[in-house]
Amino acid sequence: MSEPITSDSATVAKSGVEVGTFASRRTLVFRRFLRNKPAVTSLAVLVLMFIGCYALPPLLPYSYSDLDYLALQQSPSVDHWFGTNSLGQDLLAQTLRGMQKSMLIGVCVAFISTVLAATVGTIAGYFMGSRDRVLMWIVDLMLVVPSFLLVTIVVQRTKGNIVWLIVLLSAFSWMISSRIVRGMTMSLREREFVAAARYMGVRNWRIIVRHILPNVASIIIIDTALNVGVAVLAETGLSYLGFGIQPPDVSLGTLIAAGTQSATTFPWLFLFPAGVLILIIFCANLIGDGLRDALDPSSRALRKVRK
Amino acid sequence: MIGFLTRRLLNYIVLLALASLLVFLLASWQFDPLENLESRNPRPPNTVIEAKAAELNLDKPVLVQYGLWASGAVRGDFGTTVGGQPVSDELWRRIGVSLRLLVIGSVVGTIIGVVIGAWSAVRQYRLSDRVITVLSLLVISTPVFVMANLLILVALGANTSLGVRLFEFTGETSPDAVGGAWNQFVDRLQHLVLPTFTLALAGMAGYSRYQRNAMLDVLGQDFIRTARAKGLTRRQALFKHGLRTALIPMATMFAYSFAGLFTGAVFTEKIFGWHGMGEWFVQGVTTQDINIIAAIVVFAGVTVLLAGLLSDIIYAALDPRVRVS
Repeated sequence: MSEPITSDSATVAKSGVEVGTFASRRTLVFRRFLRNKPAVTSLAVLVLMFIGCYALPPLLPYSYSDLDYLALQQSPSVDHWFGTNSLGQDLLAQTLRGMQKSMLIGVCVAFISTVLAATVGTIAGYFMGSRDRVLMWIVDLMLVVPSFLLVTIVVQRTKGNIVWLIVLLSAFSWMISSRIVRGMTMSLREREFVAAARYMGVRNWRIIVRHILPNVASIIIIDTALNVGVAVLAETGLSYLGFGIQPPDVSLGTLIAAGTQSATTFPWLFLFPAGVLILIIFCANLIGDGLRDALDPSSRALRKVRK
Repeated sequence: MIGFLTRRLLNYIVLLALASLLVFLLASWQFDPLENLESRNPRPPNTVIEAKAAELNLDKPVLVQYGLWASGAVRGDFGTTVGGQPVSDELWRRIGVSLRLLVIGSVVGTIIGVVIGAWSAVRQYRLSDRVITVLSLLVISTPVFVMANLLILVALGANTSLGVRLFEFTGETSPDAVGGAWNQFVDRLQHLVLPTFTLALAGMAGYSRYQRNAMLDVLGQDFIRTARAKGLTRRQALFKHGLRTALIPMATMFAYSFAGLFTGAVFTEKIFGWHGMGEWFVQGVTTQDINIIAAIVVFAGVTVLLAGLLSDIIYAALDPRVRVS
């Protein structure tokens, strides 16, 4: 993609129109995204939550592991905004700690798995032939068994190590996206500009980086945003079952698992972490939708179908 | 068409065999089935541990283990658990439980989802469409384990306010259910509602979103206008030409979403206390039992592939181009 043309450049195009008055694709996309109120709001909320869960804990009087024997299972109050659990641990501090884990894992997994998907998809779609067949066989093979089951089998030995969790979750969540990227690449490689580059002797990897990747970028960006939600879901799911983050450390999944045991009598133990989790995934999905509308306006039927 | 399906089926069988090999290797690399025995206090004598290892074929190379397991599995014998019980007996009991949940959940979820999606596409930008869009996004953003527990809370509230135990949320039946077949049936139904609804909700939300998009794409097409121009009513044009075309991408969705449904069943069964395959999977991983895991993975693979085959059939039924080529 070309650099955005700033209005202070005095260059004038051949047509006599000042170049600065044109909006580059990037600015157009940016403007379309900004017009989408829900997406912008959720981006702000998500960024705030990300900063908040790292910045707030030092300011709180309680750490996530502190036990307050004078405040066992208290409902939300001024001292303990989210209440306390049966050991007297402050739920706000615990929820923030869990958010750190879940959001970090979510973002990292989304990026890594998207990079994997883009690499596999473009290689399979661009080179076709044997490479395509082998890669797509691997994808088919990994899709036969629900990937959550595969991650669960392997994750046991890692004892809640975050780096391993990120690696494993990324390794098992790129398959469907890579199929989509492959499909787009296959149609792109038939286009004239790719053929022209090939006849001029441009190397294959250079064609992929310069010509194919920018053209599948929109789907990759959308996918990254949507994958954040999927990754957070997978991590909290594993932790909920007791296979992910291990105590004494906490994740939103372990908090929810602990909270459900007493959800009927002490509902805040369940509702606060669950609400935060839903909010994170909801925001990630709204951002993904907003990016889709901004990057690929044709995907949304703009015409009002009314009669 | 028959040739097409046969080719797909053969492809699936090869995939399934390879997947089971992959999982078997993965599980035997990760699991240590003897850990429980070895960590007992006092530690059992070595001869006991070795006898157990020999019983489970753990003393042989991994590939030989897989060969023995696979030759048994083809004949319907999935080996024994670490505890010594045959896996097959338990397997058949649990398959019925899981299938009831999965089949009803997926069918209900798909049909209602498609109907809601198509309806909200036709009413694009009206209030009902907006409400459905926001609601479906909210449901998609809610993990199954949160949704299940929320539904339990709601059901509890409903039970107390009604003064009757209308909704049940532990197990498949009540042990104290007495009376004739009708009472038993009602009892089972009461237990079935919440878990099935939990599973179906996720499907509904997902399908309604995709169906809405697919339907919107189709509604703007020329052939709908042509159908209207040749004199069909709006309803006829939408149903005969619009919905049918918009359903084609859903067939592919169905194949992909079944894996997610199975994952959802793991949580649903665990939370609602159903002794199905999902609950067994969690048990199998906790006790590091290779044979249980292998059997469950084969079952999961078979259901996913059957869903894939079904989606191929639906695809071929909806899209004439597949049948011709």
